Amino acid sequence: MSNAKSAPATPQSPKRGGHISWRTLEALKGASFTWPFLAGFIFFVIIPVAMALQVSLYSKQKSGLGLGEATTKFVGMQNFVEAVKDVTFWTGLGRVALYAIIVVPLTQLLSMAIALLIDASSKRMASRFRIFLLLPYMTPGIVATTIWIYLYSPSVGPLTPFFKMFGLNVNFFSSGMVWGSIGQMAIWGGLGFNMLIMYGSLQAIPGEIIEAARLDGASELRIAVSIKVPYMLTSVALTTMLNIIATVQLFDQPFLFRSVSPQTITKDFTPAMMIYNQAFQVGNLNYATALSIVLAVIMGIASAIIYKLQNREN
Amino acid sequence: MSAATQQSTGIKKSLFDRGDKRRASQEVGESTANQAKGASKWGVLAVLIILTVYAVGPLWWLIVSVTKNKQQLYTTNGLWFAESFNLFKNLHDLFTYQDGIYGQWLWNTIWISLVCSAGVTIITVTAGYGLAKYKFHTRGLIMGMIIISFLIPGTLLTVPSFILFNKVGLYDTWWVMLLPGMFTPMNVYLAKVYAEGSVPTELMEAARVDGAGEYRIFLQISSRLLVTPAATIFLLSFVGNWNSFMWPMIFLKDYHKWTVMLGLQSWIARGTDSQYDLTILVLTGAFISMIPVVLLMIALQRYWKSGVTVGSLK
Repeated sequence: MSNAKSAPATPQSPKRGGHISWRTLEALKGASFTWPFLAGFIFFVIIPVAMALQVSLYSKQKSGLGLGEATTKFVGMQNFVEAVKDVTFWTGLGRVALYAIIVVPLTQLLSMAIALLIDASSKRMASRFRIFLLLPYMTPGIVATTIWIYLYSPSVGPLTPFFKMFGLNVNFFSSGMVWGSIGQMAIWGGLGFNMLIMYGSLQAIPGEIIEAARLDGASELRIAVSIKVPYMLTSVALTTMLNIIATVQLFDQPFLFRSVSPQTITKDFTPAMMIYNQAFQVGNLNYATALSIVLAVIMGIASAIIYKLQNREN
Repeated sequence: MSAATQQSTGIKKSLFDRGDKRRASQEVGESTANQAKGASKWGVLAVLIILTVYAVGPLWWLIVSVTKNKQQLYTTNGLWFAESFNLFKNLHDLFTYQDGIYGQWLWNTIWISLVCSAGVTIITVTAGYGLAKYKFHTRGLIMGMIIISFLIPGTLLTVPSFILFNKVGLYDTWWVMLLPGMFTPMNVYLAKVYAEGSVPTELMEAARVDGAGEYRIFLQISSRLLVTPAATIFLLSFVGNWNSFMWPMIFLKDYHKWTVMLGLQSWIARGTDSQYDLTILVLTGAFISMIPVVLLMIALQRYWKSGVTVGSLK
């Protein structure tokens, strides 16, 4: 345990400083494990974020008649003022928020109900079905969306003729239905997986508590409502809320739906789609960046509130 | 040293096996409770079967559809095979259409996913290990940045990254698919949490006394204790790369560099072509593209499930 021992193996030999203790050297080497990550993190995360803050304060403007080179001018908060007043953006945000507030808890509640049902009567049964229930979760999002687009399609899919049998004329891509169609797809993708996660967390409830409740004469329903549900709810609530926030960034699914139904899914349908459109179709990178900062701030505030509430409960 | 290794595997084991005792005690109580409820057992079975049909149905439709020709796709029952079996013809069409562009996309997706996942695994596991096991000045700062970066939504990074990559000449190159995905802070956090629990400091001290340098300790001892988080990170990132859509769409212009998901979307958007009915090609392409990732996820279930659980502890 001396200097001599660790010194030969080190590339940074302690020449210039005179004497570096081996503890310092050890710390330095330990720190060097993080250097590759740090370099990439700075280039691919910190610099883009810093650039976002800068870019959003500028605006590209064409001179007088729209001829000649466009000039980039410092405009201060103007992009943000515009963003705050942008009805299209806020409509899109409202649309996605409403969708998330309905679909995410619905998925969780359905999975919880099924998990409770299985937990109440049989331990082994769910595992026999496990692989099949997980298949939707393993299916790549674009593939899942593709499948459902064709299933919903009036020409190829079996769903339209199926509903016709009951005298229902359903157009899954109509403006009234399209969110339902996308939401149904999300539930399909998440139900089996969530159910198994919740089933797993039910297994972790100490058996003694449930035994005690049974001895006290509690019915299975009572046990589920008074013990199992509260036990799961704390962890479920947090994931539910974080999933709702993440859903605000919804892009792939509505974007793909737009390829087949551009009339109902507008180019500004969700905030992420609007940012994409502003940046890469319209070419207004400055405004798109300002919009993405606004979106990030909203998501940040929402997460902060949720963590606060969560901590207060604990 | 070997005693210490054993001790550490003991720690690891106990991490995985916690709850087993509970489960065992529960099952004793359960078996008696179960016998009384034959009827509800059938009810649960019915629910599970309905759920399985719902989960597998759309995938079944896909499998059936890729064995049909164009005419059968539109006229025959969507849930059962037609008289003639066209899977091989469809596959032939898929891989020869436009000089076999689908094969090119598939190959791009495979190697990009492999290289990027290998990179992210090495970079983030070493970084997490460094943060967990060494004390150095910038440690707190790095941890702080990692936690804060959880709040940065992906949408915020897209537009400034686009500007940055254009400036440094990364736009429309392979690098744009490989590099940015290698520095995910979430994975560093995951690796750090795991390393704290499973790499014993005494073991590292013992190796130091024996004269091993810090890098050698990592390569020969610690890295072996970090196989689980490494496999988890590799798998999750492989699947993430395979499924990613918005990123390649923004950063890859040349369609020879595209990934499968991007290619499929472009076919859906195009709809028809003078020679082929693209519907069959899209479905066959979607079917082929999901096979590798589904097989991988089934084979490595243990890892992504543990990853999901660790992630949710955040």
